[in-house]
Amino acid sequence: MATPPKRKWSWRSGAGRALVYQALLVVVLLGLLAYLASNTVRNMQARGIQSGFGFLADAAGFDISESLISFESIDPYWKAFLVGLLNTLRVAAIGIVLTTVLGTLLGVGRFASNALVRGACYAYVELFRNVPVLLQLLMWYLLLVEYLPAPQEPIHLLGDWVFLSKGGLAFPVPQWSPHWAWSVPVPSGFLMEGGATVTPEFLAVLLGLSLYTAAFVAEVVRSGIASVSRGQADAAASLGLSPAQTMRLVTLPQALRVIVPPLTNQYLNLTKNSSLAVAIGYPDVVSIANTALNQTGRAVECIAIIMLVYLSTSLSTSALMNAYNRRVAIAER
Amino acid sequence: MSAFLPLPARPAPVRNRGALPWMRRNLFGNWPSRVVTALALVFVAWLLPQAVSWGLWHAVFERSTDACQAARGSGACWGVVAEKYRIILWGRYPFEQHWRAELASVVLLGLVVASCMRRFWNRWLLLGWAVGLSIFFGLMGGGVLGLVAVPSDQWGGLPLTLMLSTLSVAGAFPLAVLVALGRRSNLPLVRSLCVVYIELIRGVPLISVLFMASFLFPLLLPVGATPDVLVRVLAGITLFSAAYLAEIVRGGLQALPRGQLEAAASLGLGYWRTQGLVVLPQALATVVPGIMGSFISLFKDTSLVTIVSLYELTGALGLALNGDADWRPFKIEAYLFIAAIYFCFCFSMSRYSLWVERQLAQSKAR
Amino acid sequence: MQTDSIIQFEKVNKWYGDDFHVLRDIDLSVRVGERIVICGPSGSGKSTLIRCVNRLEEHQTGRIVVDGIELRDDLKAIEQVRRRVGMVFQQFNLFPHLSVLDNLTLAPIWVSKMSKPEAQERAMQQLQRVRIAEQAHKYPLQLSGGQQQRVAIARALCLTPRIMLFDEPTSALDPEMINEVLDVMTELAQQGITMLCVTHEMGFAKAVADRVVFMDQGQIVEQNSPARFFEQPENERTRAFLANIIGH
Repeated sequence: MATPPKRKWSWRSGAGRALVYQALLVVVLLGLLAYLASNTVRNMQARGIQSGFGFLADAAGFDISESLISFESIDPYWKAFLVGLLNTLRVAAIGIVLTTVLGTLLGVGRFASNALVRGACYAYVELFRNVPVLLQLLMWYLLLVEYLPAPQEPIHLLGDWVFLSKGGLAFPVPQWSPHWAWSVPVPSGFLMEGGATVTPEFLAVLLGLSLYTAAFVAEVVRSGIASVSRGQADAAASLGLSPAQTMRLVTLPQALRVIVPPLTNQYLNLTKNSSLAVAIGYPDVVSIANTALNQTGRAVECIAIIMLVYLSTSLSTSALMNAYNRRVAIAER
Repeated sequence: MSAFLPLPARPAPVRNRGALPWMRRNLFGNWPSRVVTALALVFVAWLLPQAVSWGLWHAVFERSTDACQAARGSGACWGVVAEKYRIILWGRYPFEQHWRAELASVVLLGLVVASCMRRFWNRWLLLGWAVGLSIFFGLMGGGVLGLVAVPSDQWGGLPLTLMLSTLSVAGAFPLAVLVALGRRSNLPLVRSLCVVYIELIRGVPLISVLFMASFLFPLLLPVGATPDVLVRVLAGITLFSAAYLAEIVRGGLQALPRGQLEAAASLGLGYWRTQGLVVLPQALATVVPGIMGSFISLFKDTSLVTIVSLYELTGALGLALNGDADWRPFKIEAYLFIAAIYFCFCFSMSRYSLWVERQLAQSKAR
Repeated sequence: MQTDSIIQFEKVNKWYGDDFHVLRDIDLSVRVGERIVICGPSGSGKSTLIRCVNRLEEHQTGRIVVDGIELRDDLKAIEQVRRRVGMVFQQFNLFPHLSVLDNLTLAPIWVSKMSKPEAQERAMQQLQRVRIAEQAHKYPLQLSGGQQQRVAIARALCLTPRIMLFDEPTSALDPEMINEVLDVMTELAQQGITMLCVTHEMGFAKAVADRVVFMDQGQIVEQNSPARFFEQPENERTRAFLANIIGH
């Protein structure tokens, strides 16, 4: 089989010009980077700011109000960042679960036969979508802090197992030191004995984020269900399937494929919005980084850490979503 | 079979339209529906009187802390709004010069509304924007025409929110178009740079971009140059929204049929002419709803500049109430006030966006 | 009412909204095993008529009785009717997320409460009947239009209906694939099933139908055996319609 002849190189061809443009671009970029870098170095010298990630081993010198692992002020900065990361993941994970449940109910509710249900779902979406999330977080925090009772006289929920007060939400946790048992909180003065507590800050961030994102999830679910053509419901009805069976076996599986990509986007938005916790005093990773930045002056390093944390979360979630998409793609020719 | 006598159309015997049939179908259609309607009516009957009583009958409208304290728990204190609305709306702007901030806001708002109406979509609009923006900055900043100069860190409240949203979208738009075109370019270096920029910005929260703008931009500029905090924040928000807008524009570019590019090429149009005359006009028209959505998100996101100490609407509220022990207990009413402001703006914008979508769909339907 | 009629329309009227009178005083009686072709210009109400048989559309006045069951708001009655009536759509409406076999076994398993092996065996029988058994494990979008429509016919047959409704089954197909579907429908017709078919395929009507019904503006204008319908139409309107469609 004959091979095509080799093409002569020409600087005027498309490929030639592309090379020239990109070479020019490289020169310009390198020049710009050099300029910015020299500025940065000179500015940092002028202000006496040191650089390097070595500060992460130094003692943090501040306390953190809530943490999944134990933390003292003599612990190093890197441990403080770890606590912040865990707090971010904690509120994001629970928030994602809550927002999915609520958002799906609201999205499906837009198709209910009762006009009041449809109207209520629509009203919720419009109300929560059109007010900034920061404002909603601040309002929830204010409500929780103002109107919850003092820790000495908390609200009893679920009998005597769960307590709600200005000190937070206290609930039982399993304990295994003597043997498997529930450690149930008991109100005693300012703190609870036993059990685990989440602070009002955590509750405010969780509530604010979940309720806000649920409005967007509802829209995503609604347009996913609407994207399934009416003919599918007709065919299912003509086969004798009930409306509930049609929704479960025919509509939802097809709707899910349309729903998953934008839904993942909303999960990422919720995670990114958890950074607003800095305005309320919930110690997420941005909050900790902000404190560290103010104490050490290492602006570049701290901001770099924040961006690294969120970038890796976003990229890994995108990769997971792409893999899921490939698996469930409707087989075509 | 005999000769066929066609029957004339008759009206329906039982009305399908009208309020009563609608209620029968939508409120009492089946048993679960009837139960829900009944429960909803009971709930409203319980809630509505309480809400009206708290919000209206027993509410306090005068600017008196004593009256408000007396009504605590049973009536809303709208007096806090009456007392503090000027600080909330205009931030730390000097009290006597508030009229300038009001006028500037009206000018900017008028510009935005005019840009939304079809009959103003021509060259004069750009001129209008140039003039309008100069008026805005002239009024707010002062120092000209005998107006007292007001430094930019005292600007706040509603004009700040409006200015940040409109300017960042206006500035982000050309950048977003370039980045979107770059992402679809054949030059691998250009494409990679655009991808890195978009994915980097979209992967991190706005707060970190604002921190970057606030703390890092001063380091990148020559020693001694201290840019205005407003300029820094504006640059940060512009970069942020440009990345999201670029993705929206890219969607429009992708939706354009291949045949358009082929037709332009066969007519001998070069790259930039093709983009400017054929591709962009069609692509941008397709994604106007997406751009509106971006603008609405941006409008809400400006509330975040509170965290870097610029007192726009949300921050101004803290300014107004955190230091005032008398009025501080009534913060919730003030929050409801600004929530209502945001809601009005954002809801009208989303209604407008739906209207635009319908207009575009009409022009596509044959 | 004729005692051996399996579908009975008595003075049936239907309106869309308050103004659009889409079915006007329809009287139609279909005997067991009869094959009826319904034709007419678009907007004449033919699709609406057959969609009323399995209650995909609701009529406002008059009576419709299918296999002894009267169609009213009674959900149980509607369920029973749908088990005895199968429908094939113009747009196939196969479930794209399920394989061909799963498309066929869905209703038998979830509605007739059959066991999975039994449902699959019956499904394979129907697939063989329409000569597409080798595609059982493919997905609908991997098949051609003609193949998809044959699968749709097999799906409707899995519930062993006594009546089959066809709503313009070949209108969405490439010309080359129309015949493979018409062949299957002809075989079905010869096996004695009652058929109501809305179609423009006059060759099929001439070959297979016992009766041709012509509708215009919501009314039945004329119904006759194919021979008399095509050779000696009694109505001016029918004549005009036939001249238009046979002239191609």
